[in-house]
Amino acid sequence: MSSLGELRTIAKRSKTDPGQPQKRRKYRDNMAGFLFLVPWIIGFFVFTAGPMLVSLYLAFTNYNLLQAPRWTGLENFTRMWGDQRLWKSLEVTFLYVFVSVPFLLVLALAVAVLLDRGMRGLSFYRSVFYLPSLMGGSVAIAILWRQVFGYEGIVNGFLSFFGVQGPGWIAHPDYALGTLIVLNIWTFGSPMVIFLAGLRQIPDMYYEAANVDGAGKLRQFFTITLPLLTPIIFFNLVLQIIFAFQNFTQAYVVSGGTGGPSDSTLFYTLYLYQQAFNTPMQMGYASAMAWLLVMLIGGLTAVNFWLSKYWVFYDD
Amino acid sequence: MTTDLRTTQETTEPYGEGTPDLSSARPRPVSPSLFRRRLRSVVKHVLLIGLSLLMIYPLIWLVVSSMKPNEQIFTDLSIFTTDLSFDNYIQGWDAQLLPFHVYLLNSSILVIGAIVGNLISCSMAAYAFARLDFRFRTITFAVMLGTILLPFHVVLVPQFILFREMGWLDTFLPLVVPKFMATEAFFVFLMVQFIRSLPNELYEAARIDGAGHFRQFVQITLPLMIPALATTTIFTFIWTWADFFGPLIYLRSPENYVVPQALNMFIDGQSTSNFGAMFAMSVISLIPMFIAFLIGQKFLVKGFAKTGIK
Repeated sequence: MSSLGELRTIAKRSKTDPGQPQKRRKYRDNMAGFLFLVPWIIGFFVFTAGPMLVSLYLAFTNYNLLQAPRWTGLENFTRMWGDQRLWKSLEVTFLYVFVSVPFLLVLALAVAVLLDRGMRGLSFYRSVFYLPSLMGGSVAIAILWRQVFGYEGIVNGFLSFFGVQGPGWIAHPDYALGTLIVLNIWTFGSPMVIFLAGLRQIPDMYYEAANVDGAGKLRQFFTITLPLLTPIIFFNLVLQIIFAFQNFTQAYVVSGGTGGPSDSTLFYTLYLYQQAFNTPMQMGYASAMAWLLVMLIGGLTAVNFWLSKYWVFYDD
Repeated sequence: MTTDLRTTQETTEPYGEGTPDLSSARPRPVSPSLFRRRLRSVVKHVLLIGLSLLMIYPLIWLVVSSMKPNEQIFTDLSIFTTDLSFDNYIQGWDAQLLPFHVYLLNSSILVIGAIVGNLISCSMAAYAFARLDFRFRTITFAVMLGTILLPFHVVLVPQFILFREMGWLDTFLPLVVPKFMATEAFFVFLMVQFIRSLPNELYEAARIDGAGHFRQFVQITLPLMIPALATTTIFTFIWTWADFFGPLIYLRSPENYVVPQALNMFIDGQSTSNFGAMFAMSVISLIPMFIAFLIGQKFLVKGFAKTGIK
């Protein structure tokens, strides 16, 4: 079961028996459980919960590392409202997420379905498609991408074959984001592997029955495969959106850290990084931005969960 | 026996002469469907091979270009060439302030630290969540799962301040110490899933023999969860090796730089535009990831399918 599925079960269980005054059950391993969890507990408080509280505080301050944080109330948030570059970075990020994720998932699902059910060479294809998703976040691949989509790169070399002279994709404000979207789609291998695992869970007898009834392959896909796969599609959708929102390295390397040309690749995370670590280090503002990111991702995930009631089919 | 025969006769009879359209439909489907299946399979393979080439072509081009003389890289974009040499590798090795093995060594230290940290801390936490019965287990487990989804940017600034206060800037500590605190929750989850699938009888037998939780953990759980540990090792290797954001923030002086930062320097100082050297070092940086992938493929695909994290 996936981590999302697990959370769902926990949530459901706590809803079905609303904390019945359970007569103080005896726990067998209180001491051992605590000891084994010591590293996690320390890590959680020192590196997660504590910093979250601090960053919530800093979001309402002006802080540049040198002077003590100065409480400014909602100033960071009102400043965000009027910050043109922030709006631009949101536009870039949303465009990136909502274009690349659907393509990525459709491609992942299509290839997974093609690869399914003991086809010859499955493991070879799977490796070839999976490998890019492991390397896709690295600087080396971002460097490669700069050249592939450069003025003299392979893409233009291929286009010149047809007598078309393409632009320098990376350096053009209209196309630079597109190259990053393509790069994200290039990493479709990871959701594909999850889809493959999901496809294997679908019992053969459904397809056998459909064959007997004379349903064609396409019909089988839409009436058996797709409905039974909706929990996994949902899982991939939620995760890929969350990941895509946080992508950073490729935009940083491809634009040389600027988010250019003319802010066309200024991902939200890149802008946040610039605010926090470029002089003057605006740590308070960056913290406010981080909380907006949490709210955006949390909000989108919540919407996703809410919408899932209408299209995700759970067997249980 | 006789009734049996009669029934079969009765059922076959209509196909014999009575209804010709059905009789033709009966024996025929074998060959067209076989043909169609073959055709479908050929179309499938053509599609998949085409897509594979499209996916892999940039990587092959990178490797070939890294062995070409600089002036040829962009004038001749094909991957078929005979004029290959390792000159770019020799040149690229010393193209930055420090020789490339310094960065490789730094990356290796970071990777080893992260792997050891993740293996120890995540397996301990996973054992507690999967096998132990303690108060607050459900709630802590849910919180742990929740942290998988939490964008780390929200803790970025305070963590930076914390590590700065401790004087850890420009050391590997901010990148390694948190791994010893089970902060990589998806590995905890992966291991929890794995431990849950182990047979309970083993633990009962151990308990009867008087083994405490420490021994149940070390002598039963760890040896049996080697596949999960391997998955963790390989994922940690690949992600830490490729990580750019963490080092970008914490590692300041070039002698502490890791491989991704060294590569990024090629872009910053691209006035020289030594593409061959840059490509050569990019290939060097990808080779360990590729080897890890080849070794760990089986584990990656399996572990991956279980948690669904990139």
